[in-house]
Amino acid sequence: MQIENYLIRKSSLEKLFNNLIGNGKTVYAPKAHEKRILFEEVKAFSEITDNYLVTTNAAKSVVFPRTEKLFSYKKTKDTTEIIDASTETVPEVVLWGTRPCDAAAFIPLTDTFNGDYPDVLYNNRRGKVYLLSFSCATCDEYCFCTSVNGGPGNTAGSDILFTKLSTGDYLAEAITEKGKQLVAVNQSLFEAAPAEEKEPNLAKVKTYFNQDEIQAKLQNLFENPVWDEKSRACLGCGSCAFVCPVCSCFDIQDEKHGSKGSRLRCWDSCGFGLFTLHTSGHNPRETQGARWRQRILHKFLYMPNKSKVAGCVGCGRCSRVCPADINILETVTSI
Amino acid sequence: MNELIQKAKSLLESNTVQVVIGYGKGSADKTRAIFLTKPEDCDQLLFDSRCVQNLAVYLTKHEIKHLGKPAIVAPIPVLRSILQLAAENQLKESDLVVLGVSPESKLIEFESFGAIEVFLETHKIEIDEKYKATIDKIKAMPVSERFAFWMEELEPCFKCYACRAACPLCYCPKCTVENNQPQWIPAASHLLGNLEWHVMRAMHLAGRCTDCEACYTACPMGIPIHLLTKSMLQDVEEHFGPYGPSVGKQNTLSSFNPDDKESFIR
Repeated sequence: MQIENYLIRKSSLEKLFNNLIGNGKTVYAPKAHEKRILFEEVKAFSEITDNYLVTTNAAKSVVFPRTEKLFSYKKTKDTTEIIDASTETVPEVVLWGTRPCDAAAFIPLTDTFNGDYPDVLYNNRRGKVYLLSFSCATCDEYCFCTSVNGGPGNTAGSDILFTKLSTGDYLAEAITEKGKQLVAVNQSLFEAAPAEEKEPNLAKVKTYFNQDEIQAKLQNLFENPVWDEKSRACLGCGSCAFVCPVCSCFDIQDEKHGSKGSRLRCWDSCGFGLFTLHTSGHNPRETQGARWRQRILHKFLYMPNKSKVAGCVGCGRCSRVCPADINILETVTSI
Repeated sequence: MNELIQKAKSLLESNTVQVVIGYGKGSADKTRAIFLTKPEDCDQLLFDSRCVQNLAVYLTKHEIKHLGKPAIVAPIPVLRSILQLAAENQLKESDLVVLGVSPESKLIEFESFGAIEVFLETHKIEIDEKYKATIDKIKAMPVSERFAFWMEELEPCFKCYACRAACPLCYCPKCTVENNQPQWIPAASHLLGNLEWHVMRAMHLAGRCTDCEACYTACPMGIPIHLLTKSMLQDVEEHFGPYGPSVGKQNTLSSFNPDDKESFIR
């Protein structure tokens, strides 16, 4: 699809935000807290921070909530009534301030939820999401989007991508049909494309490796000391998986209260000791080394083998939050 | 620092220990836990104010036990955890070599757990004034306001269990939250599940927590869960006297005695 370029004034961003709210959309944007910056629902433009590299959490919870009701049931004396989770109550959500890596993550995430069968709940939420991303002007030593076919100004996944120009105004690229529709209904805010080029306004993200080469190397690396060596300090928590914009493993939990109850889908992590633990007590991934291998192979081998896209977008969140400072880039570049 | 490196080297050379658990250079400006098995690698050891991770957590992990007998670099928070683990029969003196690090970053060698206890007598747990003020403020809130405060703080918790994983005293092979027959604590990270998880964790650490703040440091969401354990420490002190980890003494709360003066326990 042909990308349409526009200019949007710095002062018009707030108007665009207000129009979105006015049109009944729920807006999630980066909000600063004492020790974290989170994608959260915002009602006013002033609540949004623009002083962030990436948020602490990923935006995935909008389409894949950390706890999601699949159905509920009610038992009476003779009958059991099953009530499916409603897809109608899900609002239209604008994700404002996603980074190109965040937006790109929706591609493998959507693939996962459309593998063997299309996941109705996920697809319903995903269909109602608008991704309004902002290019990166800065990066840090944890960023490696350019090694996994992304980039600080990558348009893949976003509906509109804004890039701040030297004037303080923004280049707006309307990428998808959804993005173009948003531009159309807010036409007065979008002006003719600026002359200034996009590239000089983007962060210079170092390229550390080539995804295709890593994929090829990993084919024969199942038994290798690197997995134990690089994961020795792993504490076995799920922080890496839970801040990851692509990780999608979940666990099914039943909660009952007397004659009523519900079935929930809850986030799971390959870092946990319970992950893939069999009823017999046997676990094919008994050590943190085996779990770390699963994480790397899943992202850099199994997913690209299956859906052509890696399961990592190089945002670096997992390495930033890891309480034991286990660094995914370090593992991948050492193989 | 050089003293520590030399000591670590000689312990590995003489095969007194098979692994040295210490701090080394991490990514960006961080430090990280390193596990050295060769004398020539000991130059990687470092110690400074960034070394806050509580390394005692690794003493009970089976992946690390597998490496053989450890020597562990132990600033004060690690020393406290070692004693508490010993008090709970998780460590014996012969299991490890403790490379103590004084507040002045000097190597202190300990002959026994008793010697650590003597050293810690002069370095007692003290809750920082700024935390005391925060805890007092929270305790002074009306119940509904206090509940609202915690609900708001615990909302971002997605139950990654980094708090549990980073805590040297959360060594249970099967945590209460993983028990599903019956399911004591909801596994889901909704508000009730989060509240019950953090209350349960704080209660299980009451009278055991050595105030190392590993849980708070590990939390990717920066939730002030250490306020719960600090508050429990204050309560333990108020009702049972000052707490300090001690080998041979029973835990303040999690111990059973048939002669207990409280009748409900019998």
